[in-house]
Amino acid sequence: MAKKLMKGNEAIGEAAIHAGAARYFAYPITPQTEVAEYLARRMPEVGGVFLQAESELGAANMIFGAASSGKRVFTSSSSPGVSLMSEALSYITSAELPCVFINVCRAGPGLGGILPSQGDYFQATRASGHGDFHLIVLAPSTVQEAVEHMMIAFDLSDKYRNPVMIFADGLIGQMMEPVDFDAIKPGTPADHSAWATTGAKGREKHVIKTLYLNPLDNEAHNRHLAAKYVEITKNEQKHEIYGGLGKPSLILTAFGTSARVCKTAVDVLNEEGIDIALFRPISIYPFPAKALDVLSRKQHVKQFLDVEMNNGQMIEDIRLYTRSAKPISFFGRQGGIVPSPEEIIDEIRKVMIVDKPKKKAAKK
Amino acid sequence: MAANTIFEKPVAMTDNHTHYCPGCTHGVAHRLVAEVLDELGMRERTIGVAPVGCSVLCYNYFDCDFLEAAHGRAPAFATGMKRVCPEKIVFAYQGDGDLASIGGNEILHAANRGEKITVIFVNNAIYGMTGGQMAPTTLPGQVTTTSPMGRDVELTGWPIRMRELLSSLRTPAYIARGSIHSPQESIITKQYVRKAFQYQDKNTCFSMVEILSTCPTNWGMTPTDSTKWLKENMIPYYPLGELKTPEGGDGNFERMTGISE
Repeated sequence: MAKKLMKGNEAIGEAAIHAGAARYFAYPITPQTEVAEYLARRMPEVGGVFLQAESELGAANMIFGAASSGKRVFTSSSSPGVSLMSEALSYITSAELPCVFINVCRAGPGLGGILPSQGDYFQATRASGHGDFHLIVLAPSTVQEAVEHMMIAFDLSDKYRNPVMIFADGLIGQMMEPVDFDAIKPGTPADHSAWATTGAKGREKHVIKTLYLNPLDNEAHNRHLAAKYVEITKNEQKHEIYGGLGKPSLILTAFGTSARVCKTAVDVLNEEGIDIALFRPISIYPFPAKALDVLSRKQHVKQFLDVEMNNGQMIEDIRLYTRSAKPISFFGRQGGIVPSPEEIIDEIRKVMIVDKPKKKAAKK
Repeated sequence: MAANTIFEKPVAMTDNHTHYCPGCTHGVAHRLVAEVLDELGMRERTIGVAPVGCSVLCYNYFDCDFLEAAHGRAPAFATGMKRVCPEKIVFAYQGDGDLASIGGNEILHAANRGEKITVIFVNNAIYGMTGGQMAPTTLPGQVTTTSPMGRDVELTGWPIRMRELLSSLRTPAYIARGSIHSPQESIITKQYVRKAFQYQDKNTCFSMVEILSTCPTNWGMTPTDSTKWLKENMIPYYPLGELKTPEGGDGNFERMTGISE
């Protein structure tokens, strides 16, 4: 099959079918509604399940019920809807149910706007619900990468029995790009018969629960989950280093759509002979801490410039994993505005530390 | 002399002792469901969904696969499970705070979509597990910890009749209300429960059986006084019987709404 021109939201829906997850529950919200519209037509063709829920609360809790069968299931939403889904994310993570959530992030807070944003970085990586838990979060920066992430997401979700979130934004959801489905490698859905609730025929009953009234039992459960996050953090860090002329002195840090714009800025300045590069986290949980740590220790790296479509959220991870060893500045656009390469280039020129020629010691 | 077994615990129930208070009727409601699962041979293909409330631990007493839902979301859990496994029997067991208050939207839309699930709705007119607060089903004047002077309908509205509310939906369904304050009513209620599961098995319709129940602890009464109070106060407001049947067709809808097409 040749490359096909597809809208990001539709490509994400098609990718799930390729991943063996033709079971989808969701509620309309801009800018991700095309996932539902595409699948409403497509699921009957492949014998899949499509259901428009009464709300994002309903959709996310249907995902709990459906994922309990052990079959691959998924949902999608955008920021205000993901807030409503956060209740279920807490329960699903505690119950260790594999499933995939997609956030086509829009500008907040509140109703905010319907244009692209990265304002949910904290929500995705820190606090999508009550209690002590983490999602695995992948942040694609192109439609093709979003499709590839869907394959990885279902596999990771199966492997760790933990929900995986695809953190896209309105730009990735709405733009059309050529997609190559031949290039993707769908994994094999795992065998979950040891815990799935499919009827207690010829076996002991299976109960999927999150209530641990005995604090010792609950602590043991929390420690079990924490040990899983340690494993995930050890094994699943993904990043890309882009551009540079050998010894970049300034490192841009950005993910998703803002990283994509940064690549253009890097190309332009590298062309001019200015040695800068981009560090792009692909997994934002676990954060690619090891790679950033190594980069921050290089002598030629003098500073970082973090670029995000928010007020500065990932920058906290940049500070953490560089140990703030080098100066870190921030450039962000909010409200649904995608920064232009030109304004990023201007910002780089403004903040770039240029080594001044050392003055020779004055002779007495 | 050979002994004949004349009474047995249903296979669909475990040997665990329940944690329910003396005089609480959850145990009776559990037993009716378990007997029906046995009689219809459904246990090995049934998945139950437990609520939040006193019966959150009901999976300790039923011997079939179970999910434990978030508060009010049991119909959404059941929907998800049934849609991906339509060959299974899926039932939600919910109390009145869970179903009629925090889960109002989930039950309304599950019923309206005609999900092929069964809901056992235990209505005891009060929040049990949190210690006796006012529910949407609390009767006018009824004293609870959050209506200490008695429920004032001017401030909090009238109790919701879920059987009547859901029966007004056009989508075919089986919706009945029974009571378990006496052996006679328990036998009738079991027939409703049986029908509800049979309709699901035939893929006919959504089914819900509301079961009027007692809560002696939070009502502040003896078990005997509680059954008397239920009979004298709840049944006049919550009349018993089948209000909507799939065979009733549009008749149900017309009767409930006065609208005919």
